[in-house]
Amino acid sequence: MGMTVVEKILARATGQRSVKAGDVLEPRVDLAMSHENAALVINQFLEIYKGTGLEPKVWDASRVAIIFDHRVPAESSKTATNQKKVREFVARHMISKFHDIRGDRGGICHQILPESGYVRPGHVVVGTDSHTTSHGALGAFAFGIGATEMASVWTLGFAVNVEVPATIKVNVTGDFLPMVGPKDLILHLIGTLSAQGANFRVIEFHGPTIARMSTSGRLVICNMSVEAGATSGIVPADAETVHYLREEAGVRDLIDVVLPDADAAYERTVSIDVSQLPPQIACPHTVDNVKPIDQVAGKKIQQVVIGSCTNGRLDDIAAAAAMVRGKSVASGTRMLVFPASGRIYQRALDQGYIADLVRAGAVVMNPGCGPCLGVHEGALGDGEVALSTTNRNFKGRMGNPTAEVFLCSPAVAAASAVAGEITDPRKGA
Amino acid sequence: MAKVVYAVGDDISTDVIYPGRFMATVLPTETPQFAFADDAVFNNQLKNRQIPPGSVIAAGKNFGCGSSREQAVSTLKGHELIIVARSVARIFMQNAVNLGLRLIVVPDLEASLGDEIECEEDRVVNRTSGRNFATERLPSARQAIVDAGGLIPYTRKRLVERSASPR
Ligand code: SF4
Repeated sequence: MGMTVVEKILARATGQRSVKAGDVLEPRVDLAMSHENAALVINQFLEIYKGTGLEPKVWDASRVAIIFDHRVPAESSKTATNQKKVREFVARHMISKFHDIRGDRGGICHQILPESGYVRPGHVVVGTDSHTTSHGALGAFAFGIGATEMASVWTLGFAVNVEVPATIKVNVTGDFLPMVGPKDLILHLIGTLSAQGANFRVIEFHGPTIARMSTSGRLVICNMSVEAGATSGIVPADAETVHYLREEAGVRDLIDVVLPDADAAYERTVSIDVSQLPPQIACPHTVDNVKPIDQVAGKKIQQVVIGSCTNGRLDDIAAAAAMVRGKSVASGTRMLVFPASGRIYQRALDQGYIADLVRAGAVVMNPGCGPCLGVHEGALGDGEVALSTTNRNFKGRMGNPTAEVFLCSPAVAAASAVAGEITDPRKGA
Repeated sequence: MAKVVYAVGDDISTDVIYPGRFMATVLPTETPQFAFADDAVFNNQLKNRQIPPGSVIAAGKNFGCGSSREQAVSTLKGHELIIVARSVARIFMQNAVNLGLRLIVVPDLEASLGDEIECEEDRVVNRTSGRNFATERLPSARQAIVDAGGLIPYTRKRLVERSASPR
């Protein structure tokens, strides 16, 4: 019996010829990523060394990445002090993959890693962030862990106690309708599988629709795989992956592609034909509460958010800019745009997208997580309704447990900002 | 015997257990004050120490879904609560094992607020309803971390072993 792509990656990372779902392994880690929560990782890391008489030392400083994104620039003195402590640690341990609060090379961790060429096909990537699943878009096995587990990885260089997950194969066929895309596909899939349908599983994406999809789109579907509970989403690397790594991420060295065997053992296969799929909306307060847009169209909204590690890339901002160009955000509605990285922000400036958005009344903010996790700018008032291209709509997610968050694609978000209510972008704003 | 002091349904996310706006607070000694912060009644009971250690939160499926924030575990551990859930999201389960939060998976659990629960080796007994429910065993690899007292002592042991016999 053959292996799935994740089984193959884990076999390589443990030096074994073959592994299968259910095995427990200790794979070496190629990249270990944290954001501001590195402050907690550092605390736990130093705790591990206590009483051992050993000097605390990160196993391989070149494989540790730390990116400030969740609360940038700091929203409080407490955060600023945490960030300061992390900077000191980074300097002492000579961690080079560090992205501070900067307009040029700063941004959201799940955008910085791919665009900087830090993630390669076949890598084992761990991150102290649940959306680390994103990096499966480049053919890596990438999964979220807690801060203490990261401290253990920093110490040992491998992840202890990793169970090889079973894999669900998702086969996607058909061409998207205009104004419909990867976000609608993944919302539909989460609605089909449920919020726990892939818990402890990997989702491996296949099919002609995926083959034609850009890396940006693949990042969307892998990013949100965790919303079905998945350990990771993964798109086996192909010509598009190599193209992205060469052209966008500037990778010059050998790219070693790991592919699943033709006779790999999947737990089950789900087939989706997207050719008639309408825009999808995830309604409060769970991401699997997904409806086609005509069932929620007309709902009044007070805030629109375009950005996040899910939909803050250049194609997302381009779609939003095209939708609002020459129009105006409805009065009574606020439109907030936050590009996923400094590089994307600069390109959006060069292309004139930022001007289109600002002229229409949008507020364009600095790259980072922004209002996505309800800690920083863009909190919601009591009972307010937000429509957002982010990935979570849990109660309280945008900072107010009495508010409601609906999730959608950038095209839907922008058309709705102009209308002041949830609007199908195909009907014209 | 332990009392169910809080009963919740399916898909309770870490945003509900520990809202994102308190994430600047990271130390396990400081996180307990924000447990279920958006539910003022329960949060106050916890803060005012009206909930005895060893009390039970009964939950539905997919408890702890969403963000990987470890505060969602340390905040509950700080009050020595026991989580009895029909199922638990992967990262939350791993964090619970790593930090030593007591977590029992009971696929058919039926328990309501105020019920008296007995947690035994292979089953949970609801003394109030008189019904028994089988528990799911932790995979052995996770049990090894629990037995070591959590991931910090477990990794410390591995570190010391390694430095004693360099590869
Ligand atoms: S944008 Fe939102 S989901 Fe993505 S890493 Fe930041 S807080 Fe998490």
